[in-house]
Amino acid sequence: MTDILRKHFQRLRSGAPFWSLRVTDESREHLAVRQDTIEPPRLSTDRGAMLVAITDGGYGYCATSDLTPAGLQAALDRATGWADATRTASVHRYDPREMPAPKGERLAAAAASPSLSRSELYDLLADECRNARIDPRIVERYAALELRRVDQLYLTNTGGDVRQQFVYTVPYAHVTANEGAETQSRTFLDARQGGFERLADSGFAGCGARLAGEALQILTAPNCPSGRMDLLLMPDQMMLQIHESIGHPLELDRILGDERNYAGTSFVTRDMFGTYQYGSKLLNVTFDPTISDEVASYDFDDDGSAAEKVWLIREGVLQRPLGGRISQARAAMAGTANSRACSWNRAPIDRMVNLNIEPGSHALDEMIGSVKRGVLMRSNVSWSIDDSRNKFQFGCEWGELIEDGRLKGVVKNPNYRGVSADFWRSLAMVGNRDTFEVHGTLFCGKGEPNQVIHVGHAAPACLFREVEVFGGQDE
Amino acid sequence: MSSKMKSQFFELADALVRECRSGETLLCSLSAERSDFVRFNKALVRQAGTVEQRYLTLRLIRERRQASATIALAGNTDDLAFARATLERVREMLVHLPEDPWLLVAETPASTTTERRGRIPAAEEVMQQVVRDAKGLDFAGFYAAGAVYRGFANSYGQRNWHEVDTFNLDWSLHLRADKAVKEGYAGFDWDATVFKAKMERAAQQLELLDRPPVALEPGEYRAYLSPHALEEITGLLSWGAFSARSRATRQSALLRMEHGERLSSKVTLAENTEGGIAPLFQQDGFVRPPRVTLIDKGALGESLVSPRSAREYALQANGANSAESPESLDLAAGELDASDALEALDSGLYIGNLWYLNYSDRPAGRITGMTRFATFRVAGGRITAPVNPLRFDDTIYRVLGENLVDLTRERELLLSTSTYDERSTSSSHLPGALLSSLRFTL
Repeated sequence: MTDILRKHFQRLRSGAPFWSLRVTDESREHLAVRQDTIEPPRLSTDRGAMLVAITDGGYGYCATSDLTPAGLQAALDRATGWADATRTASVHRYDPREMPAPKGERLAAAAASPSLSRSELYDLLADECRNARIDPRIVERYAALELRRVDQLYLTNTGGDVRQQFVYTVPYAHVTANEGAETQSRTFLDARQGGFERLADSGFAGCGARLAGEALQILTAPNCPSGRMDLLLMPDQMMLQIHESIGHPLELDRILGDERNYAGTSFVTRDMFGTYQYGSKLLNVTFDPTISDEVASYDFDDDGSAAEKVWLIREGVLQRPLGGRISQARAAMAGTANSRACSWNRAPIDRMVNLNIEPGSHALDEMIGSVKRGVLMRSNVSWSIDDSRNKFQFGCEWGELIEDGRLKGVVKNPNYRGVSADFWRSLAMVGNRDTFEVHGTLFCGKGEPNQVIHVGHAAPACLFREVEVFGGQDE
Repeated sequence: MSSKMKSQFFELADALVRECRSGETLLCSLSAERSDFVRFNKALVRQAGTVEQRYLTLRLIRERRQASATIALAGNTDDLAFARATLERVREMLVHLPEDPWLLVAETPASTTTERRGRIPAAEEVMQQVVRDAKGLDFAGFYAAGAVYRGFANSYGQRNWHEVDTFNLDWSLHLRADKAVKEGYAGFDWDATVFKAKMERAAQQLELLDRPPVALEPGEYRAYLSPHALEEITGLLSWGAFSARSRATRQSALLRMEHGERLSSKVTLAENTEGGIAPLFQQDGFVRPPRVTLIDKGALGESLVSPRSAREYALQANGANSAESPESLDLAAGELDASDALEALDSGLYIGNLWYLNYSDRPAGRITGMTRFATFRVAGGRITAPVNPLRFDDTIYRVLGENLVDLTRERELLLSTSTYDERSTSSSHLPGALLSSLRFTL
């Protein structure tokens, strides 16, 4: 398929000085068991091409699923038409010479473990679903597996040729408990790259009974206390905290105003880079597309820029934004290789990739031991943040009260709120590598037209001082 | 274009139905669009392009076993071979599946057709008008236009078609930082003079934002929610609150209504398919009733029941999609004249838009979110100053219950601007809401 597409591409013609073809061929299989019943399996094959043309000043795109020479030429003609039409009306004077001509290949590693049959996969799911049935108050049990494979080819008329493959095996489960007007859920998600070998170390085996037990514990737990106190966030909640109050504010297209009508702006401005104290000196944040199993690792972004690890915040000081090739040219500042599109039918924009907090030096016991009064929280359940990514309120499924340096029991409906600009400065302890976990989310929404994309966030446990914490309705 | 897309789909479906073996049932659904997209920033173009996509979903059923596959069609002669191969893959999957106890199929054919041609200029022309009319203003926005197609065919002979041309220009004028006016212009027939008038009116509203903003302390304030602001609340509730499955598994945000809580008697909320722009059929071919009442004068009404939930919970299917979320939400009008809203508010907050809502405590119906764009302090029935973004955290039983003073007599039909995966055909028909109190926390 890729060789045929290369031949087709050679025959394309455009009046634009630069044009590119990005073909995405994606297959998915969704398997699920709910309430001990196999849900109808869903397969999908999504294949199409994005043609981009850049003239002196203008930019245009056209996406088509017709991969014949005629279909691709028609799409390139349309993209070229848009590039011509926007030459004198674009927010940036697009320059064809800005675009790289990359060469490279990233093939998915062969699976380290033998392939599993569909019936074996269903057995795994059925086991977790069945094992969650531990009490009449368990009202919903669900276990699922998303198998996804993406083969992408990027060609430019300037000689660029990049092929990248990605394989994802994503287990998911949730268990819900109810009694009267009270309902609590626990979820499991392990969004990383890799094949079936990933299942063994994901923690999926045994999650059904664990989630059910935890949901029942929360159901009967007291509400999370309210007040200013210490907050110990575990890595799966750090994922959300990084995402919303570091990742989005650092997106350069937001800073440049592209998202003001939809996803919002940013409290970060261009003049802050290099000097702004984003957090305490313990805060070290990297853009790292090189961790092989993290969900958004790649070698090249969708505009052809080579990906490498970059420090965005070092010892609390803001260093660099999340901005791809075009945003870098617009802002006249260095950025990252993060132009990404969710599929063939959307144009690349600035996205998070893998955005991680580097480990610190403290063991988890030390961190808990340092807390006089506080709450440990894990597993995000609610997220809300303002237009400029400053005032936030996040909630978790799981909370544990900490008093006098010891865990004192589970609390339900743990929530906290704060302001990004202050919150990271209250970072008091960063967990060591033993507390470091790789997580990811499949649902980061942004852009016009809208795009949902997967991003990775790896972090250690982190302790924050004097945060406004509160519980549920009966607080 | 219309007849070609339609004929291609039905010819493909007919060919696939002919491939069915004895005892097999085949459902085919199409979701397609040809869209022009133009993204604006600073009254200029950031990205402009065109997307043509068509997805075919095949659901094969045999001996109460079912599986489905979705493929991207190319719109050329290769499609039949690809669809045939996909059908064969699905057929092979069925062999290894057990019977599905919650399978429900619409076996009695109920064919429908909706076709509406719009008068929409070439997207380049609209782009030029926007750039021209927005000159000198800090305009950010997004234009999406073109034909949307939904089709269904099954081996029982049912045929459904939905084809509508729409445009949706969603935009905002910015004064500085987070001070902006949000506007929209959507419909079937583009009128340059209507857009120009909307632009001029929004520019005038910017003057109100130019007053020194006030940063209010957390607390309770009397408030007026515009229809756009209310849309964010009903949008959050649409996330499972009306779903039969969520209600049965006790996960609905309206759970306390199962235990005696009520909303204000002024609240009657319905899935009003006949008043919206969504297709008259859902993806498995179930035809939707004209109206499903979800909240009836403050009391919990019917739920949205997908075919699968209907079988699982012994309910009557009512054309809900698989997510059991509303697509044509309708909140009944109240008795307050919209022109009297500021006077009735007297002192408090006029909230033009809310943003990023989520649950603080879902089973308790407690929600949080931010004010966004034009939010003003009002004193003596007059706007006095723009307000810096505030976070509210309150329950649905206070907002649409004990604290709901009235809803406006006038309502707005708000066409969804969502383009995740595809251009949405959802809409909301909503009034404004006057509240005696809304609780702000940050």
